[in-house]
Amino acid sequence: MSFAKPSVLPGFGLTFGFTTLFLSAIVLLPLAALTLAAASMQWSDFLAVVLSARALGSYRLSFGASLLAASINLVFGSIIAWTLVRYEFPGRKIIDALIDMPFAMPTAVSGIALTTVFAPTGWIGGLLQPLGVQVTYTWLGVTLALTLISMPFAVRTLQPALLEVQGELEEAAETLGARRFYVFRRIILPTVLPALLTGFTLCFARAVGEYGSVIFIAGNLPMKTEITPLLIVIHLEEFDYQGAAALGVVMLAISFVVLLTLNLLQAWRRRRHVRAAH
Amino acid sequence: MAAATPPGTLAGETARPGQHTWTHRLVRWLFIAVTLAFLAALLLAPLATIFAMALLRGLPAYLRSLADPDTLSAIRLTLTTAAIVVPINTVFGLAAAWAIAKFEFRGKSILITLIDLPLAISPVIAGMVFVLLFGLQGWFGAWLQEHDISIVFAFPGIVLATMFVTFPYVARELIPLMQQLGNDEEEAAITLGAGGWLTFFRVTLPKVRWGLLYGMVLCNARAMGEFGAVSVVSGHIRGVTNTMPLHIEILYNEYNFVGAFAVASVLTLLAALTLVVKTLVERTGYRRR
Repeated sequence: MSFAKPSVLPGFGLTFGFTTLFLSAIVLLPLAALTLAAASMQWSDFLAVVLSARALGSYRLSFGASLLAASINLVFGSIIAWTLVRYEFPGRKIIDALIDMPFAMPTAVSGIALTTVFAPTGWIGGLLQPLGVQVTYTWLGVTLALTLISMPFAVRTLQPALLEVQGELEEAAETLGARRFYVFRRIILPTVLPALLTGFTLCFARAVGEYGSVIFIAGNLPMKTEITPLLIVIHLEEFDYQGAAALGVVMLAISFVVLLTLNLLQAWRRRRHVRAAH
Repeated sequence: MAAATPPGTLAGETARPGQHTWTHRLVRWLFIAVTLAFLAALLLAPLATIFAMALLRGLPAYLRSLADPDTLSAIRLTLTTAAIVVPINTVFGLAAAWAIAKFEFRGKSILITLIDLPLAISPVIAGMVFVLLFGLQGWFGAWLQEHDISIVFAFPGIVLATMFVTFPYVARELIPLMQQLGNDEEEAAITLGAGGWLTFFRVTLPKVRWGLLYGMVLCNARAMGEFGAVSVVSGHIRGVTNTMPLHIEILYNEYNFVGAFAVASVLTLLAALTLVVKTLVERTGYRRR
């Protein structure tokens, strides 16, 4: 293993070999199959599937609702993270533990529960009905489901960043007469900015591929409330494997862009850390 | 999924100048109120609904719907799948963490990104890739049919799809933990003449056991709850290839709400148990990053 630095510890060959082999078999090979299936299509056929009106409609909903959900989580995730980090109140520990619930719960369970609560006959949907707000079977419901399942990403990314904000700096600024908003803009915001962007990207990444929780609340009308993952499933159910693969490649490309963004953000955070240490 | 707020945070610490003015108090109550309202509407109301709907017709009806043969077979299939997937992904996670945390080699960051890849990919795609490989019109479809092996729309497909989506969970917990703990103790053990396996079982494993447990619990929760990927490969054959989440969908679409929410309540309790383990593990002092 000439590409690895020598070490007294044993087992590099075994563990590295097993890791790469297993990774290739379970993840990389299947993904290569997907790409090849799409690549075997005629270019015009590929475009016909990927740019069909129905596909474009599904992108609009998937991207629009995911961006909206990530933005909502940016705002409310910041408020929740700030509350949990800065304030002491009864039940804080339980609330803090509950934040991870959308991660631990199966998406199908979140989906049917949200649909029931926000249906016109449900606890909250019943209150919204007289106001003329219809949540279930509209894009609003899709956004709501995506907000719920991606919420922990925003809170959990921001919490450690808010802990890093140096209290002494804030105190010094306030002692010197800085207003609260000025302290927020010049001290708190710069410290948490990378975490905010990372949280937003993670929320978006999770939301755009989500399937289980959305299909129950969406109504799944073509062009209106049909997300891209569902359109892939519909292609598969019609045994149109190539069409499904074509849409799959589009989604895969988005995942790669998101991963690249995340890696760049991480590098940015690390550089700032190094600079802050000097 | 980072750590919970450690004690000794800024909450309730020293009084800063002007902290007790009425604006501060107003902002404080506003923030707490918004947090509680947001979580109540989006998280607590759905959670309460699950149990309210499951117990709508009383406890006997709830228990009866859980004892339904199709439901029982769904529970059995889900447990079997998790019992296969979690141990395999644990062994993988340990191997990956050992290679990545203990050694320096070129391309390490690429390897870490590739291990995390399944988290960035839609579950629907995770299921579809196996249909493309092993489905009737897939790459190995003809060969598999000749030899009378079914993977897609059968149990092996469910296991493969679940393995794909839960692939990174154990490795992700262990890699940062093992990197943080360093190599000193392992190097000492090896230098003193301990073998590789002995060092692993007696030195490394005890150090990372809480992180390992947390990774396995997360892996298990996702394995038992996965819907999208499994839905694509399962074929929805009632009593045969129906896992618990898929069974929830079928019951829900049949308007059997008590049945659907009864199964959902079992999975919700499992999720709550996962969070309890997480909280306990964090209390032992183990913290990610």
